[in-house]
Amino acid sequence: MNFFVLLFLIIGLVFFTGGAVGIIRMPDFYSRLHPAGKLDTLGILAMVLGFALFNLKTFSISELLLSIKMLLIVFFVFLSSPTATHSIVDAGIRAGLRHWTKEDKR
Amino acid sequence: MTISEKKEFKNKSSGKPFKSILSFSLTFILMFGLWVILSGNFEPLLIFLGLFSSFLCAFFFKDLLFSDPDSDFLLIMFRFFKYIPWLIFEIIKANFHLLYLVFHPRMKDMIDPHVVVIKTGLKKEMSIVTMANSITLTPGTITINADREGVFKVHSIDKESAEALPGTMLKKTARIFGEDK
Amino acid sequence: MNTFFLYTSLYLCFLMLFSLYRAMFGPTVLDRLIGVNAIGSKTVILLLLIGFIYERVDMFIDIALAYAFLNFITVVAASRYFHKRKGLYEESTLK
Repeated sequence: MNFFVLLFLIIGLVFFTGGAVGIIRMPDFYSRLHPAGKLDTLGILAMVLGFALFNLKTFSISELLLSIKMLLIVFFVFLSSPTATHSIVDAGIRAGLRHWTKEDKR
Repeated sequence: MTISEKKEFKNKSSGKPFKSILSFSLTFILMFGLWVILSGNFEPLLIFLGLFSSFLCAFFFKDLLFSDPDSDFLLIMFRFFKYIPWLIFEIIKANFHLLYLVFHPRMKDMIDPHVVVIKTGLKKEMSIVTMANSITLTPGTITINADREGVFKVHSIDKESAEALPGTMLKKTARIFGEDK
Repeated sequence: MNTFFLYTSLYLCFLMLFSLYRAMFGPTVLDRLIGVNAIGSKTVILLLLIGFIYERVDMFIDIALAYAFLNFITVVAASRYFHKRKGLYEESTLK
């Protein structure tokens, strides 16, 4: 049981690391949204799955409800993260930002 | 939404009592389930308060969430829940590709951001929203704009993820909402 | 397990520094917004971790849920605010 919890947590940390490094390394704002919006979402999914498993060690009704509440967080994040990403992209498009292409590379 | 559209909307949602009752009960069940999960207490007073407040919510806002339930509404829900595991698997597969791109030392040679325009034949609002959110959740592609004719503008980070785009996801989304002919 | 949770939360705090860099020095306003969003999504996990460390998950999970809602509302409201301001980003449009 503990092994799976550790596995999920480490997978989540790897995805979070990818998101943080991607935000630093990517060349422009549109391509920065790719790691920021989505690697973080999958990181939250993996880590919360690990927490829910860890919480279910001694099985009881209240702990089951807690785990369901954690999955509610995942559900909400999966709904809200594309919406937030889309609203940021929309603001960028309306402000007239050009996107980075290969010719911009020196 | 213009005024005439609003009137039409009102007529549609209050015209048939059966549909109104169906949307009321669906909202009520959803609200009460949420109350039970969030409170976590099973004392009689709290259960009674939850029943009362979710009754009030469902009574006033019944035409917001499930505005126009079709006859095959439950079938659509069932097919939607069957779609979610495939979507999660696809997200994981594509996330590893993005992870590889991020940690690659010569990343700026590998990425090639460009905007593609996809024409899909989707007409219903729910199917367009589902398609747009699925595209955004699949890494490598972000939906910039989507309109009522079903034309999507997509920003994709390299050639590979742009080519894989309309394909299977469009077919599955169209099948969920019964739009494939 | 408790020490593992402690080190995990320390590592998450370390990762927040990367996003904080983007939030402080980002060339456009929207870059800062991305940084703030990334910090918020890490904070949700951090709150759950704190709940496990102090063994009060039942209390901290409500805070985490509320924080997820708040993060979403912040980002949407801020990006709506910078909606119709053409020319605000003139110096930053990459050449």
